[in-house]
Amino acid sequence: MNYWPLLGIALVVIGFALRFNPLLVVVGAALATGLLAGLDFVAVVEALGKAFNDNRYISVTWIILPVIGLLERYGLQQRARAVIENLRGATMGKLLTVYLLFRQVTAAIGMKDIGGHPQAVRPLVAPMAEAAAEKSHGKLAEDDRQKVLAMSAATDNVGLFFGEDIFFAIASILLIQGVFESYGYPLTPLQLSVWAIPTAICAFIIHGWRIRALDRNIGRVPAEAGE
Amino acid sequence: MITYEWLYVLAGVFFAIWALLSLRDRRWGNAAFWGLLAASFFFGSNLSDFANGVLVLAMVAIAGTGALKRSDPETTSIEERRDYSKMLGNKLFVPALIVPITAVAGTLFYNYTTLSETGLFEARRETLILFGVGVLVALVVAMAWLRPPALAPAEEGRRLLDSIGWAAILPQMLAALGAVFALAGVGEIIGGVAGDIIPDGSVFLTVVVFALGMALFTMIMGNAFAAFPVMAAAIGIPLLVETYDGNPAVIGAVGMLAGFCGTLMTPMAANFNIVPAALLELKDQNGVIRQQIGTAIPLWLCNVAIIYVGAFLLWN
Repeated sequence: MNYWPLLGIALVVIGFALRFNPLLVVVGAALATGLLAGLDFVAVVEALGKAFNDNRYISVTWIILPVIGLLERYGLQQRARAVIENLRGATMGKLLTVYLLFRQVTAAIGMKDIGGHPQAVRPLVAPMAEAAAEKSHGKLAEDDRQKVLAMSAATDNVGLFFGEDIFFAIASILLIQGVFESYGYPLTPLQLSVWAIPTAICAFIIHGWRIRALDRNIGRVPAEAGE
Repeated sequence: MITYEWLYVLAGVFFAIWALLSLRDRRWGNAAFWGLLAASFFFGSNLSDFANGVLVLAMVAIAGTGALKRSDPETTSIEERRDYSKMLGNKLFVPALIVPITAVAGTLFYNYTTLSETGLFEARRETLILFGVGVLVALVVAMAWLRPPALAPAEEGRRLLDSIGWAAILPQMLAALGAVFALAGVGEIIGGVAGDIIPDGSVFLTVVVFALGMALFTMIMGNAFAAFPVMAAAIGIPLLVETYDGNPAVIGAVGMLAGFCGTLMTPMAANFNIVPAALLELKDQNGVIRQQIGTAIPLWLCNVAIIYVGAFLLWN
């Protein structure tokens, strides 16, 4: 067997480790892999072009940016903070745990477009989490502030990934079904999606615990001791 | 019938406006990059595969030479924003909610009424098309209510877009990488290697290699969808299902979730990990990944245990 095409994978890893521009890394790896597999240059460029063109729908979602930007111009982030500041007993731990549950449950019933980074995390969740953290810990050190913002984005991801597969009509479940069917194992989407539930519960417990741990540790660890 | 082509023209208009504003701002690299993306949206369906490929290489060359820069269009100050937020109140949330509500409620309404029989939207494309409709409605509502300068939404959008920069097209580029890998047979080679290194007779170790392969290959490809067919063909089906007689539903469903743990740990999953770091203006590009590793590793262990217990101990 010709193992040379695996060099493309090595290029991806090395390129990222050396902090080259990821677009360069990806295209470099694609060209190298194709050429090492014995394809000619034109065929590789054609494959790249066709797949890029077929997947344009992925980049359509950026058209939301003018809406978010315009609302931010008129104080959307400040409003999100104000809501939390006026809420009694709100802590960052509680807030992000509730958001985690909300994201998992809505994704599990097929509403995965309700959250997301440009439309929910940046304008709403992250400012709310920061305001809640400041409520219980006072003005945050820059290091802690960065962690709270990053944890808000992380919570959106975890909630989405480990909620969406409970919904049976979703791309990943259909992909699993298709692969198994092609090998002669017909499965129903529902059979697959119930087995996403144990992991979803584990994800809620583990990530919920980590959110609380971050809330407890804010302001406790001196800045020098951080990563 | 409304198809994705309509949406591509709409996106093309947005990116063309951003390219023109970049031109006015004398940010040549940005203008060229977003201009090429607009061209891809407008003309991609009519260009040859090779021409599309050259367009991709040109965009990569612009980003790779660092010609894509952040921009700083004129906007309101923090104090002004605080005043606006007090004055406008919670109504500010309304336009923001129009988009997800149009997409979600619209999809449900479309699919559970006779409307779907009219064939108004291309099949299975309704959610993203309705997302586009929601964006337009939200823009009209916000413009009519707030009455900002005419170019404000475009300029505010450009600020956000330029803070995301090249990462905006990385997910699309990774799909292209996956296509080339498939053409070169990388999946089969990995499957062969993974199959060779598994010790005979140990169900548990085979589960571990399967779940590890899912996570690692996902990290490299930035996407569990690329890893799943490979690992299922190499280990999941021939060994776990056929040789060791495991439950295929558990192996498939939880194997995919083991891959999702890999997604949490890789910069290649740009739209989930790198884009939010840019949007939140984090100092560390990998800041989101750092917060996720502590969840991903124990959760991966849970997935190994769930496959082992659910597919083998409970099943046999």
